Amino acid sequence: MTPPVLSVRDLVVDIPTRDTTLRPVDQVSYDIAEGEILGVVGESGAGKSMTGNAVIGLLDRPAHISGGEILLNDRRIDNLPYEQMRRVRGKEIGMVFQDPLTSLNPLLPIGDQLTETMLEHLGIDRGEAQERAIAALEEVGIPAARERINSYPHEFSGGMRQRVVIALALCAEPSLVIADEPTTALDVSVQAQIIALLKRLCRERGTAVMLVTHDMGVIAEAADRVAVMYAGRLAELGPVRDVLTAPHHPYTDGLMGSTPLASKGKHRLHQIPGAMPRLGDLPDGCAFNPRCPKAQDRCRANPTPTLADCNGRAACWYPLRTDDAHDMRIASA
Amino acid sequence: MTALVAIRNLTRIFDVSKPWLNRVLERRPRALLTAVSDVSFEIPERKVYALVGESGSGKSTIGKMVVGLLQPTEGSVEVQGVDLSRETDQARIEAVRSDIQMIFQDPFASLNPRWKVRDIVAEPVAAKGGNTHGLAERLLEQVGLSALDAGKFPHEFSGGQRQRICIARALASEPRLIVCDEPTSALDVSVQAQVLNLMSDLKDEFGLTYLFISHDLTVVQHMADTIGVLYLGRLVEEASPDALFDDPKHPYSQMLLAAAPKMDGFGREVDPPKGEIPDPINPPSGCAFHPRCPIAVDRCRSERPELRAIRGTRVACHLAQ
Repeated sequence: MTPPVLSVRDLVVDIPTRDTTLRPVDQVSYDIAEGEILGVVGESGAGKSMTGNAVIGLLDRPAHISGGEILLNDRRIDNLPYEQMRRVRGKEIGMVFQDPLTSLNPLLPIGDQLTETMLEHLGIDRGEAQERAIAALEEVGIPAARERINSYPHEFSGGMRQRVVIALALCAEPSLVIADEPTTALDVSVQAQIIALLKRLCRERGTAVMLVTHDMGVIAEAADRVAVMYAGRLAELGPVRDVLTAPHHPYTDGLMGSTPLASKGKHRLHQIPGAMPRLGDLPDGCAFNPRCPKAQDRCRANPTPTLADCNGRAACWYPLRTDDAHDMRIASA
Repeated sequence: MTALVAIRNLTRIFDVSKPWLNRVLERRPRALLTAVSDVSFEIPERKVYALVGESGSGKSTIGKMVVGLLQPTEGSVEVQGVDLSRETDQARIEAVRSDIQMIFQDPFASLNPRWKVRDIVAEPVAAKGGNTHGLAERLLEQVGLSALDAGKFPHEFSGGQRQRICIARALASEPRLIVCDEPTSALDVSVQAQVLNLMSDLKDEFGLTYLFISHDLTVVQHMADTIGVLYLGRLVEEASPDALFDDPKHPYSQMLLAAAPKMDGFGREVDPPKGEIPDPINPPSGCAFHPRCPIAVDRCRSERPELRAIRGTRVACHLAQ
């Protein structure tokens, strides 16, 4: 079996503050294989983006990685000096952020931004970079790429800009793409175009993708596996169909219940009482226990389990299902 | 059942021309943007009417015209039989105005950070010189907050709690109609569920009518009694949620529903929609959707379709059946 493209092992991110140290990412472990799309879901403040930023080495000070390791193609990248990490970013890891307008330089034509990346990382000459930039723009579906290569970002619509950003992320042929809420700022029909584009390109090139989003529908359609985060920890990790249809963790279950489902018609939405705790005052025991319908004494006494403490699927002492029950459900269906 | 709100041939045109001197020097014509074009619908009392559409489809503009923040260019909005833009009797205008309230998308921008929650919530009544004693406390408890929260400032609350404060403020003047412009778009899924449930409960308790504006199809399907689909400022289809989601008749509705991510669409390969919303300054001739429509014929390019009734829904398409 080939080693995973990205392997995150027990990652811990700390933010020291005047009084205390906040821990937005705590003991997070996951792998992404070649050509695989890993969806990372969770509500605001769950640590999804922070995990992504830790992988690309773009944590804002004073946040820093204080534990665990990150391996990209079997090479440790979490302790690289700045200059070496800069070469990894762009060359081996591509990035797509939520707002395409802020991830493009408004003062440079898009062609210059694409060629700059390739000249920096691929060691090709300007003419070839120009041709490749046009090919990249055509591949992401920008009409008349040759004429539009000298256009500025403001001359494109939101959907077209996000296509340019995807071309930019993929132009150096990275092995990993981190897409942080790539479609949140876009309309439904444009979102479908962008998701289809990401899926197609990654399948064709075997790029591993970490897709960070809060939209369960996007995850269901695009991801192969899904990681659910809560208060900085992985709550559940598994194949997307299993996690979404038969969640093991009570939080995943609550999250699914509170999504207005297309097929269910008029009913009250399931509510998870309360809100996600602030990092400064996490409850004792499992971080989810004050909101959990199944919390017991063990949940209040012991710290949040990691996936490894449990069955590797859900970080919960009392999962809603075990794999046996799941297998039976599949068999009866 | 009487209609609380009747909207007839509503049109709003914005002048987005460059300044006069630039137009003369650069020989540019006036640029007029038609945000809403000939939209008519009614909202019955105690019902939820939802407007869906993508950005630029004119849904928020309609909402603003209903509450009177914008004047219609043509057509009329009648609330309880009073046309706010033409009525001259001040007493009738005042009576209708206090029956309409609004909830906005961004709960961070719609609360004054320097006011205490008590003053924010009671403002719609205080502005008219009403008695506000204990009002804020009572309303806060009704929306699931504590009466003690009245003495706090908005920054002490999370997004979901702030949206509850906005809802409490909207309820203060005992309105009959609340225009909700993307009320849960800024909220997380679990908080969204709490706010949507609250809005359903309040509707039953106070007999409210909602004009619910959203781009999120799942939220609209959950909340609405009737859904109006907008495209480029035109109402292209109006149907009940079941009819719309089971059997969308307008090609745009079909495209939109096919494109929306589905929770059970594992590994679904969608054929993504083609093209983008056209420029509203130079809308296409005839049916605005014809450049992207898979079934367009010559008639669609020249003649704008009227809304026709087909089996309980209204569709603006020459070919729908």
